[in-house]
Amino acid sequence: MIEPKVYREMGLNDAEYEQIVEILGRHPNYTEVGMYAVMWSEHCGYKYSRPVLKLFPTSGPRVLQGPGENAGAVDVGDGMAVVMKIESHNHPSAVEPYQGAATGVGGIIRDIFTMGARPIAGLNSLRFGELGDARTRYLFGGVVSGIAGYGNCIGVPTVAGEIYFDDCYEGNPLVNAMCLGLVDSDKIARASASGAGNPVMYVGARTGRDGIHGATFASVELSEESEERRSAVQVGDPFTEKLLVEATLEALATGYIVGIQDMGAAGLTCSTTEMAAKGDSGMEVEISLVPRREDGMSAYEVMLSESQERMLLVAAEGREDEVKAIFDKWGLNAVVIGKLTDDGIVRVYDNGELVAEVPAKSLAEDTPVYCMDARVPDYVEQVRCLNKDELPQVEDFESVLELLLRRHNVASKECVYEQYDHMVQVNTAVLPGSDAAVLRLKGTGRGLAVTTDCNSRYCYLDPYTGGAIAVAEAARSVVCSGAEPAAVTDCLNFGNPEKPEIFWQFRQAVEGISEACRTFGVPVISGNVSFYNESHGTAIYPTPVIGMLGIMEDIERRCTSFFKKDGDAVVLLGFNGPGLDGSEYLKAVHGLVAGCPVIDLDKEKRLQACCLEAIRSGLLASAHDVAEGGLAVALAESCFNTDGSHGVSVELSSDGLRLDDALFGEAQSRILVSLDSSKLDSLIKLAAGHDVPLMVIGTVAGSSLTVDLDGSRVMDMKIAKLESAWRGAIEEALA
Amino acid sequence: MKFGVIIFPGSNCDRDCYHVVDQVMGQPVDFIWHGADSVDGYDGIILPGGFSYGDYLRTGAIARFSPVMGAVEKAAAAGKTVIGICNGFQILTEAGMLPGVLRRNESLQFICKFLHLKVEHNESAFTNACSPGQVLRVPIAHGEGNYYADPEVLAGMEENGQILFRYCEADGTVSAAANPNGSLENIAGICNREGNVMGMMPHPERSSEEILTSADGRFVFESILRHFKMRNCECGAAHATCKIKTAKCGVR
Repeated sequence: MIEPKVYREMGLNDAEYEQIVEILGRHPNYTEVGMYAVMWSEHCGYKYSRPVLKLFPTSGPRVLQGPGENAGAVDVGDGMAVVMKIESHNHPSAVEPYQGAATGVGGIIRDIFTMGARPIAGLNSLRFGELGDARTRYLFGGVVSGIAGYGNCIGVPTVAGEIYFDDCYEGNPLVNAMCLGLVDSDKIARASASGAGNPVMYVGARTGRDGIHGATFASVELSEESEERRSAVQVGDPFTEKLLVEATLEALATGYIVGIQDMGAAGLTCSTTEMAAKGDSGMEVEISLVPRREDGMSAYEVMLSESQERMLLVAAEGREDEVKAIFDKWGLNAVVIGKLTDDGIVRVYDNGELVAEVPAKSLAEDTPVYCMDARVPDYVEQVRCLNKDELPQVEDFESVLELLLRRHNVASKECVYEQYDHMVQVNTAVLPGSDAAVLRLKGTGRGLAVTTDCNSRYCYLDPYTGGAIAVAEAARSVVCSGAEPAAVTDCLNFGNPEKPEIFWQFRQAVEGISEACRTFGVPVISGNVSFYNESHGTAIYPTPVIGMLGIMEDIERRCTSFFKKDGDAVVLLGFNGPGLDGSEYLKAVHGLVAGCPVIDLDKEKRLQACCLEAIRSGLLASAHDVAEGGLAVALAESCFNTDGSHGVSVELSSDGLRLDDALFGEAQSRILVSLDSSKLDSLIKLAAGHDVPLMVIGTVAGSSLTVDLDGSRVMDMKIAKLESAWRGAIEEALA
Repeated sequence: MKFGVIIFPGSNCDRDCYHVVDQVMGQPVDFIWHGADSVDGYDGIILPGGFSYGDYLRTGAIARFSPVMGAVEKAAAAGKTVIGICNGFQILTEAGMLPGVLRRNESLQFICKFLHLKVEHNESAFTNACSPGQVLRVPIAHGEGNYYADPEVLAGMEENGQILFRYCEADGTVSAAANPNGSLENIAGICNREGNVMGMMPHPERSSEEILTSADGRFVFESILRHFKMRNCECGAAHATCKIKTAKCGVR
């Protein structure tokens, strides 16, 4: 019998232990307890989040695979499917930033090619404390190098992403990695093992002691002791994974593979039990056959290791030699370690001795599920009241604009994405720096637009609205590139769900995301939940990151956010209104995180439909989402074209808003566009048809940004000066 | 002109080079496995970019021992065209087929971005479709592209016209500011003394189609094709400039 202290340390509570005893009809041994502990952790079993995740709309005409597999898949036409998923690697990155981030990239890429898809693009969403802090600079540098080190080597372009800085992430940075893959729709592989007698093969890197209990590590808060859990962080080898990609895709193409699952969290335990459970099968494995990196590993260690770059696959009986030959060619291990059975039991032998015997479904599917209490946190009432009349008026708008452009949340991320190979595979048609990256689908004339988005400050103030805005902004970015939003993958980063206040944030955010997805008709096809993002008892802002895929019917109609030529008219398309709540301006200038961000999803939907039609009709020269820093920042960013910057002159009226709100407010549902003035009438007609207001505010011209507000000039600044402030701010902070 | 693109373990621009030769240039092309002991039958061999053998030990240091490299050297000695791009360039220097070495970027960071290259002269197999001094917009993506050669080697290369591309500003000015990685004399691409083996750190295959924001890289591939046609034209001359200069030779 196992001491309570032992299973509690592994993350199981007394009731869960009793449940295991009941399932097995006996006390589990040490190895078995370890297996249940990882599989029933929140990271693998979603025991707290599962009931809430049911709220997501997950179906749609394009959906070929919804949540529940290694990744989701949507039909993108011509018999092709895009497979995509986002996943967190927060805790490993907090203690070992390079390897944490690198293996986060490796893990998500594995999820994609496990589905039979060739990985075609990586994205990420990163959150850190402020760069003034030395440890944050260390984490930032390590994470960026880790993503570059892995992604560049493996040859998957990192095409887009976002980085935010806020004190709330200082002790617990977020590293979310997303990957897209391309596969023929009828060749999607699944992690399901069936056919008693079929051989079970272990392929890829050897097993070591790294990453033992990584999944459990992900399911507790970070503390001083986290440093001591460095062994729970895996070490990546992108070269081996590159070989594994090629060998796996080649092996899948033979048709001899019945089922395939990567070994990520919970390693062999997860892959054996999940594959068996999904195929209504059992499995017998002899772990002495598992290729090892070190001697003397116990059964417990082998079953729990999270060594990277490994896969488990089930081949058709009699075809194991052909499969092995392919992995041999690529210089990779491929060993038959067992076979499928039909009794639903996973039996693990170590040199012939039975060391674990567990019903597959009891680990993989019958995870205990908890309906948690939810309570509105005390802070909410306080932060939501923002008395704008009490805010001091700002006189010098020029300084504010420069300050905002230098803010690390707004400033150019060029010094980061230049470290990522974002062009390999020769599909990148819109380079990083615009609203969304655009990839061509070779040979089709069509394209994909992809982005990640979440403003967690809005989510902190109101997780429901913040969740909805994250979806709206991601969709808006995709639309600004000329693509129609098609599918969402989400990475839900929150604090400890056992706290009712955190669980409330979580549920609210999921409800908000769900409503927005329903309104826009965009299904959630995959995702990941990351709880326990707390350090020293304080949670991060709720951060539900949205990864959005859009489909572009004609890639020649793609659009970027940059002004193209002098003389073009500049138009603010959409719904102007108050927007100081939760704004970057409010934080940067007034030191406040307060207010109630709002969004009207129906208006947003009309705006996006209008903008998309305008782009598809060839009316627009540029389109840029108005987001952090408001209209003034959007104007400046649109001027910073890498093909040659432009100036702009605009005349605005405050229309009842405070002047700072008119310039820096972040009211939702606005897109800044530019177009040849001869097309203005067509745009006006189109907008009227969609019941979307617009304001013609100025002209692309010269080399300065000039703004007249209510008839008086409030800004007249050289673009070169603004651009160098914006481009250089992060590099300066790191120097 | 029949091309072979070599796949080393860890190559990751192999498919991109294949795509450009096949889809953009419309030439026959095969992949060649690193274990092959012959490259007979190919007129042009491409060593693609990537991280052969993970770039472990040193870039290109392990790949140069691949069985196929013996065959590549033989093909080069026989006058076949050999092109190393990025990691391929690194492998060619490690193999001693091109002079000099590629060290870590001065910034010690990987850099991926579009930049400009000045074509030094158009009398080579790799630049004959360019005008002298032409500026090409082509991207780089590497961590070890900092070219170095001893002064006497460099002088010899200058003398023989072996320097083909230098990093420059948009107007063609070769300046320190335009140098992305610390390369000696802004060198971005070179060829051997015989003029049939070329290495360059920038990626012409990533900039051979308008949709990728630049098609300037095509000049390199077009030059290679032109050179091949000239070599095989009736004049029979194995040099860069066709002496016949008639429509018959299929070049002019």
